[in-house]
Amino acid sequence: MSTREWLLSEQPASRRQARLGQGYRTWLAFRGNWLAMVGLGIVLALIVIAALADVLAPYNPVTGGDLNTQRLLPPLSPGHLLGTDDLARDILSRLIHGTRLTLMVVALVALIATPIGLLVGTTAGYFGGWVDTVLMRLTDIVLAFPRLILALAFVAALGPGIENAIIAIAITSWPPYARLARAETLTIRNSDFIAATRLQGASSLRIIWKHIVPLCMSSVIIRVTLDMAGIILTAAGVGFLGLGAQPPQPEWGAMIAGGRRFLLDQWWVATMPGLAIFVVSLGFNLLGDGLRDVLDPKGRK
Amino acid sequence: MLTVENLEVTFSTGAEDVQAVRGVSFDVARGESYGIVGESGSGKSTVLRAICGLAPTSAGRIALDGQPLPRPRDAGFYRRVQMVFQDPYASLHPRHTVDSVLSEPLAIQGFDRRDERIARALDDVGLGQGFRFRYPHQLSGGQRQRVAVARALILEPQILLLDEPTSALDASIQAEVLNLLDGLRAERGLTYVLVSHDLAVVSHMCERLLVMQHGQAVEELTRDALRARAAGTDYTRRLLKASVGFTREDAA
Amino acid sequence: MSLLAVENLRVTFPTRQGPSEVVRGVCFTLGRERLGIVGESGSGKSQTGRALLGLTPAPGWASADRLEFDGTDLRSLSARDWRRLRGKRMSMVMQDPKFSLNPVMAVGKQLMEVLRIHGAGRAEARRAALEMLEAVQIRDPERVFRAYPHELSGGMGQRVMIAMMLVSAPDLLIADEPTSALDVTIQIEVLRILDKLVSERGMGLIFISHDLRLVSSFCDRVLVMYAGRVVEELRAADLGQARHPYTQGLLNCLPQIDGDRRPLPVLNREASWAE
Repeated sequence: MSTREWLLSEQPASRRQARLGQGYRTWLAFRGNWLAMVGLGIVLALIVIAALADVLAPYNPVTGGDLNTQRLLPPLSPGHLLGTDDLARDILSRLIHGTRLTLMVVALVALIATPIGLLVGTTAGYFGGWVDTVLMRLTDIVLAFPRLILALAFVAALGPGIENAIIAIAITSWPPYARLARAETLTIRNSDFIAATRLQGASSLRIIWKHIVPLCMSSVIIRVTLDMAGIILTAAGVGFLGLGAQPPQPEWGAMIAGGRRFLLDQWWVATMPGLAIFVVSLGFNLLGDGLRDVLDPKGRK
Repeated sequence: MLTVENLEVTFSTGAEDVQAVRGVSFDVARGESYGIVGESGSGKSTVLRAICGLAPTSAGRIALDGQPLPRPRDAGFYRRVQMVFQDPYASLHPRHTVDSVLSEPLAIQGFDRRDERIARALDDVGLGQGFRFRYPHQLSGGQRQRVAVARALILEPQILLLDEPTSALDASIQAEVLNLLDGLRAERGLTYVLVSHDLAVVSHMCERLLVMQHGQAVEELTRDALRARAAGTDYTRRLLKASVGFTREDAA
Repeated sequence: MSLLAVENLRVTFPTRQGPSEVVRGVCFTLGRERLGIVGESGSGKSQTGRALLGLTPAPGWASADRLEFDGTDLRSLSARDWRRLRGKRMSMVMQDPKFSLNPVMAVGKQLMEVLRIHGAGRAEARRAALEMLEAVQIRDPERVFRAYPHELSGGMGQRVMIAMMLVSAPDLLIADEPTSALDVTIQIEVLRILDKLVSERGMGLIFISHDLRLVSSFCDRVLVMYAGRVVEELRAADLGQARHPYTQGLLNCLPQIDGDRRPLPVLNREASWAE
């Protein structure tokens, strides 16, 4: 029996086979969507580049070259594929090292905001009543502020720096996930399989954790993936305003901010990081769309 | 064994209250199979849900072996009373394999020898080991309902509440599931409370039945009385007539 | 002359394992009568009904050697011709009225819209709509006319649905499980309305259902479908003499109020039936 047959078996013989088979089927469906595969490719490339930044980057991202001869070199200059900036630093190397910061922002925001959103949303949806009212009004309050402004306020309170920027973005981005999780929970809460679990004497915690969260998970993951572009842009915005990554860290938003003084004459300094943000945001969006097609049961058929 | 006295269930939805069940009483003896018949909105399913604590009782008494049931129901209650739901497509968690569906109640109630119990439960409902690691979407409607029966029986309850267990199934599959339920009752001395809109199913499965309409009990009949068409009320007679199918004579 | 002639109707859906035929060579003719199509889930009965109206959902497709409705070849119709035919001359009633009515539009308005599409004036449309509601035995047509679909009970909704399909006085009505979502007592009433319409208007009716007993008590002729094929065609009155083991099995496996067969006979499906 080939691995493929083993995975697609309608009669799995073990827990592991059932789970792997399920994953393989999802992958097969995902693979059929070439745009989603492009998105996945971009995101994977981002991860690989971040991991191998030291090897891939031709120059040090922080220390520049000769300020007399190597400042603001245009793209395709010998030795500097994407040119150099005003401190004679190689833009390509800075972009490559910048992937680490971007990835860190994305990963930490996802790791902080998703659980908060899931927890608040499922709890509110499952218990209803005053628990729901309190939690959702709290969510509404956070949601009522423009996200960038709120993030700026947090950064201002916590002090500038990339870590604080991440925390600020995470704190401001969970409400949509809470709402989504609550809406999903409301439709699941009264279903027969939850009633059946209650009839086995399961505690509320167990029902939420083992039965409701796994069902909300996929739509929240889709939403988070689609939001990644926005998160990257917010991080860039915070960086652009000088409240995120501090010089000389090669953060893409900060790089655009640094390049805006030369935008008319030395366009590449701001454009290159702009393009990088564009490509990565697009990648996450395509990936999110593809995930929605395979994971969201409502979108199917 | 199970006593329901003047049960009333009221759902409050915002401004208005809906009385789903108004003063229903019945007694189910040990080992008996008791049917509740009615059309949609008669409150028949709500009675079952009230018994197992899924619907709020606003008045009346529900007792098991003479003991009033605690509110909320305790773990011991669920070990004695289990329920099978109507729609096998909605009563199984879409992301859980049969194995995890069956092991969940065992884990909650702290049963030992879980592998053995799951294997036996699957054999008992005629599915066998090949189904153990399948997901619900890999099962047909009848197979899903068998899993639901296995899930209810794995805690070895004495009373099984059956809410329209076959109405979502094809006729030939219905026969299989009814036979299964019939056999399990004979084998284990289970007590059934079966809710259905289908008089034929109730007559086949139950010794006594209660006809309900608009949340009230219309009348209680024995199976023999039903077969003799000895219905005491117009409503029951209408149900009996409709169950025969369409008759052209009264079209005129 | 027959109203509808179907020869070798096939409906195919693409799957990952290649195309799969859900309707495989169905043949029948229909006059101005009640024809029942009975089968269990997956027998292809609903897809047969949809294919007759050119409503096979994408990515499936239907083909036939002959598909003729009152002298018109349905196979070569353009989308425009279909629109002219559907609703006006052939209609369909679906299982659940809640999904077939527009939830944000009053019932009367929806009825009038159908009439006006077919060229009636405003006042005329209103009058005809009210008449139609009365014809499906709605006691208070004025109230229902103003009601929204969610304000109607299941039986009422299904009657409105039937009224909707009948305002344009079609020659052929395809009813796909029109009463399965209803209570038995209401079911009979809805059937009575359909029955009256067939006998009074000379309409052809295709009644698709899983309920063999109901269909046989209501229709003139019954087609029994299994795995996409018609395995038996017989007059409803002769159901007791059914030859095919599947038909016999379907009849036998139903519990009866009087019967006390334990265990109930179950259907042993044979591979040869599907061939």
